[in-house]
Amino acid sequence: MATLELRNVNKSYGSGLPDTLKNIELSIDSGEFLILVGPSGCGKSTLMNCIAGLEQISGGAILVDDADISGMSPKDRDIAMVFQSYALYPTMNVRDNIAFGLKMRKMPAAAIDEEVARVAKLLQIEHLLTRKPGQLSGGQQQRVAMGRALARRPKIYLFDEPLSNLDAKLRVEMRTEIKLMHQRLKTTTVYVTHDQIEAMTLGDKVAVMKDGLIQQFGTPQQIYNDPANLFVASFIGSPPMNFIPLRLQRKDGRLLALLDSGQARCELPLGFNVAGLEDREVILGMRPEQIALAPAQANGLPSIRAEVQITEPTGPDLLVFVTLNQTKVCCRLAPDVPTQVGDTLNLQFDPARVLLFDAATGERLGVAAPAPASKDNVAQFKGR
Amino acid sequence: MTRSLAPRSLSFSRLAIYSTLILACALYLIPLIVMLLTSFKSPEDIRTGNLLSWPEVITGIGWIKAWDTVGGYFWNSVKITVPAVVISTLLGALNGYVLSMWRFRGSQLFFGLLLFGCFLPFQTVLLPASFTLGKLGLASTTSGLVLVHIVYGLAFTTLFFRNYYCSVPEALVRAARLDGAGFFTIFGRILLPMSVPIIMVCLIWQFTQIWNDFLFGVVFASGDAQPITVALNNLVNTSTGVKEYNVDMAAAMIAGLPTLLVYVLAGKYFLRGLTAGAVKG
Amino acid sequence: MSTVATINKASPLDALQRWLPKLVLAPSMLIVLVGFYGYILWTFVLSFTNSSFMPSYKWVGLAQYARLMENDRWWVASKNLLLFGGMFIAISLVIGVLLAILLDQRIRREGFIRTIYLYPMALSMIVTGTAWKWLLNPGLGLDKMLRDWGWEGFRLDWLVDPDRVVYCLVIAAVWQASGFVMALFLAGLRGVDQSIIRAAQVDGASLPSIYLRIVLPSLRPVFFSALMILAHIAIKSFDLVAAMTAGGPGYASDLPAMFMYSFTFSRGQMGMGSASAILMLGAILSILVPYLYSELRNKRHD
Repeated sequence: MATLELRNVNKSYGSGLPDTLKNIELSIDSGEFLILVGPSGCGKSTLMNCIAGLEQISGGAILVDDADISGMSPKDRDIAMVFQSYALYPTMNVRDNIAFGLKMRKMPAAAIDEEVARVAKLLQIEHLLTRKPGQLSGGQQQRVAMGRALARRPKIYLFDEPLSNLDAKLRVEMRTEIKLMHQRLKTTTVYVTHDQIEAMTLGDKVAVMKDGLIQQFGTPQQIYNDPANLFVASFIGSPPMNFIPLRLQRKDGRLLALLDSGQARCELPLGFNVAGLEDREVILGMRPEQIALAPAQANGLPSIRAEVQITEPTGPDLLVFVTLNQTKVCCRLAPDVPTQVGDTLNLQFDPARVLLFDAATGERLGVAAPAPASKDNVAQFKGR
Repeated sequence: MTRSLAPRSLSFSRLAIYSTLILACALYLIPLIVMLLTSFKSPEDIRTGNLLSWPEVITGIGWIKAWDTVGGYFWNSVKITVPAVVISTLLGALNGYVLSMWRFRGSQLFFGLLLFGCFLPFQTVLLPASFTLGKLGLASTTSGLVLVHIVYGLAFTTLFFRNYYCSVPEALVRAARLDGAGFFTIFGRILLPMSVPIIMVCLIWQFTQIWNDFLFGVVFASGDAQPITVALNNLVNTSTGVKEYNVDMAAAMIAGLPTLLVYVLAGKYFLRGLTAGAVKG
Repeated sequence: MSTVATINKASPLDALQRWLPKLVLAPSMLIVLVGFYGYILWTFVLSFTNSSFMPSYKWVGLAQYARLMENDRWWVASKNLLLFGGMFIAISLVIGVLLAILLDQRIRREGFIRTIYLYPMALSMIVTGTAWKWLLNPGLGLDKMLRDWGWEGFRLDWLVDPDRVVYCLVIAAVWQASGFVMALFLAGLRGVDQSIIRAAQVDGASLPSIYLRIVLPSLRPVFFSALMILAHIAIKSFDLVAAMTAGGPGYASDLPAMFMYSFTFSRGQMGMGSASAILMLGAILSILVPYLYSELRNKRHD
């Protein structure tokens, strides 16, 4: 149980090389679950190793319970880690693997036995205690690796992509178990992943990283609904957000995005009104679930007719691809929508939830308060 | 089943393959057979018979005389080989551990410099090494030879362990560090227990290299400190008296038996050592 | 920042831990710097002096190298090395590759046969030399045996024939090392993707042409390492010559390694001996450097 704070953390492998970590600022409360997510090479694993003390930071401070630990050696930091490869000691059986850290800390033998028994019960691995890691399945190794971390009752747990070596089914199971475990133990946790579903489902807070920089730090909902830039918007969400490059127009004092499906056009009034955006190249972002089938009676929301080019039934959803402004756009519809390739669908959008990004910098545009007019739209949209 | 259905020409070609392989076996084995046969013959027998003729009388006199001549040097070789093998393997293991798991600025450069030692023609270091041994008071001693073998065996032993440990996930060391283990604890409790195969490879490689060495033995040790290879060479190439080929062959067998034995018992590791050396060295 | 408690100072024990890797490596670093490179430099220096029975540091420039170039025995040794090395490498490669391919045909008792091919590699060159010296003994060796067996006109006296004595060295060295080449190539053959061979069979290629055109070309790296090792053995060959011929008859079977030894340690010509050692190093480097260069370049391509 501890708070964790990173202050202006920098990491560089030498002059001439680009910094691996740049001015990382993060802070989480005691018991919170922090996700570090990003593509490979973004620095998330380096950041985790710095927290563990396996690598030295070049600048800044790492604070646990308001005490700077950045000069301490890993063994004194009271941090436990679960590795992607599990890193189980191959020549020791499961019991000795779990007990090793306790032995190193000179815990009396009786207490070690007690602790191993507790952890084994918690993770349901009691029947495996005498086996060697080589005799365990991937999921069992994963449990032992977690057991080894749990046994120490550390201040902070670190997880380095712990599920990426498991098959898809097991990964979902273990994800739920990690979440359950965290809800029970309430230990401060930092979890590195490149999987955005893990990021969304597990985290209290998510830090999206790219090129050694934190792109956005917030709750999963903030990251999903309110992405700070094009990168975050594209990285989180599956199927990914649609991005339509276009020019904005101003008509009757309102900003309009003009959509063109080849057979029809539609003026999409934007939910905010910021000066200086007209006649600029922007990118319009729309999540697939924000595109819906227009009802038979008009409800006042803008709609457009478009030809279905591909359908992908996924089971719970039907993904339909159409072309808007020469861009392939994915729409997430109910699975029972009767449609075929070549059909024309009447699609409608919620202008209030459309996002705008600068085409050149990828920065989010127009995060000002929504215009009053669009509030009605939202109400109508939801009440449909 | 498929074999019986195969066309006749195939079985002919297989016959040819097996014949060639067995003929090659015979060619590789003949020198060993000749050595053994000759070593058990009497000198008259050697003159009247030929290489592959069966001894008229099997006599152990050649072996007894050979042991009288080179037996003491056999123990010299043991005294040189055992400590040199153990120490160079241990040093190699520690070096490999540092070079794979605790890299630091310059450690790669050092590894490159060390690697060259695998190719070093020893002729370029013989003179300075003999001056140094003289200064240390180790000239013509078995201890001096132990030292030389440790120094010039280091390149290979380090290479073996470094390559082996490079295939061990670094996360193991990281996990152990977080568990609170230090440098030597990690080495002794985590890495050494999983190094049995490479320790075997290294021990066998060093054993055959050092036992079979002649160059260092002849340059750095004279008289009583000679290893068996030098003693054997002196015996075989002495030009005084009547040549006793049975004694020569028995002495050669005595010199060759320890490595042959190791090879037969642990051939798997011997081969792995040779090919591991081949990949990089 | 001012509220931050500083536990930033590492304890002395931690500092020791941080220095341990370097400390552990230090003795080996010293050994390598002094025992490898320092000694090479020392030998290099000696090769420019007039050292004879004792080392002296009177600078004579390239005189020792010049003497070496005028020394007939050195030229014989160098030519012998080319002849011996060339034949030894070529024959070992051919035999090794052939045996490896034959052994790769799903042979019964393969492990046993492999053991027989490889055992000479476990022996000392001195033992090998002793054995072959006896086998090639003019009068009592194979010479006599084949006559006993009815080949009346057979003569095998290469060991005392100055023009042929090098072939004796080649025979013994090939016997010792060809099994090793076999083992290298067999390991390489086992690493070849079987689906490539199957694809070629489907394309209608015969077994010999599959090996010649597809399998062997893919073993280029194995070929180069085998070449490297054999060349290395050839240049360092000293014990084999010492045991079989001691350089004789005369100095007809001398090799540079033997030359270096006898001039440096028996004849009291340390300066010239050092010069010959440096030339040997040059020979090894001239093979090693292109090899390492191509290795590194290939690695960069991967």
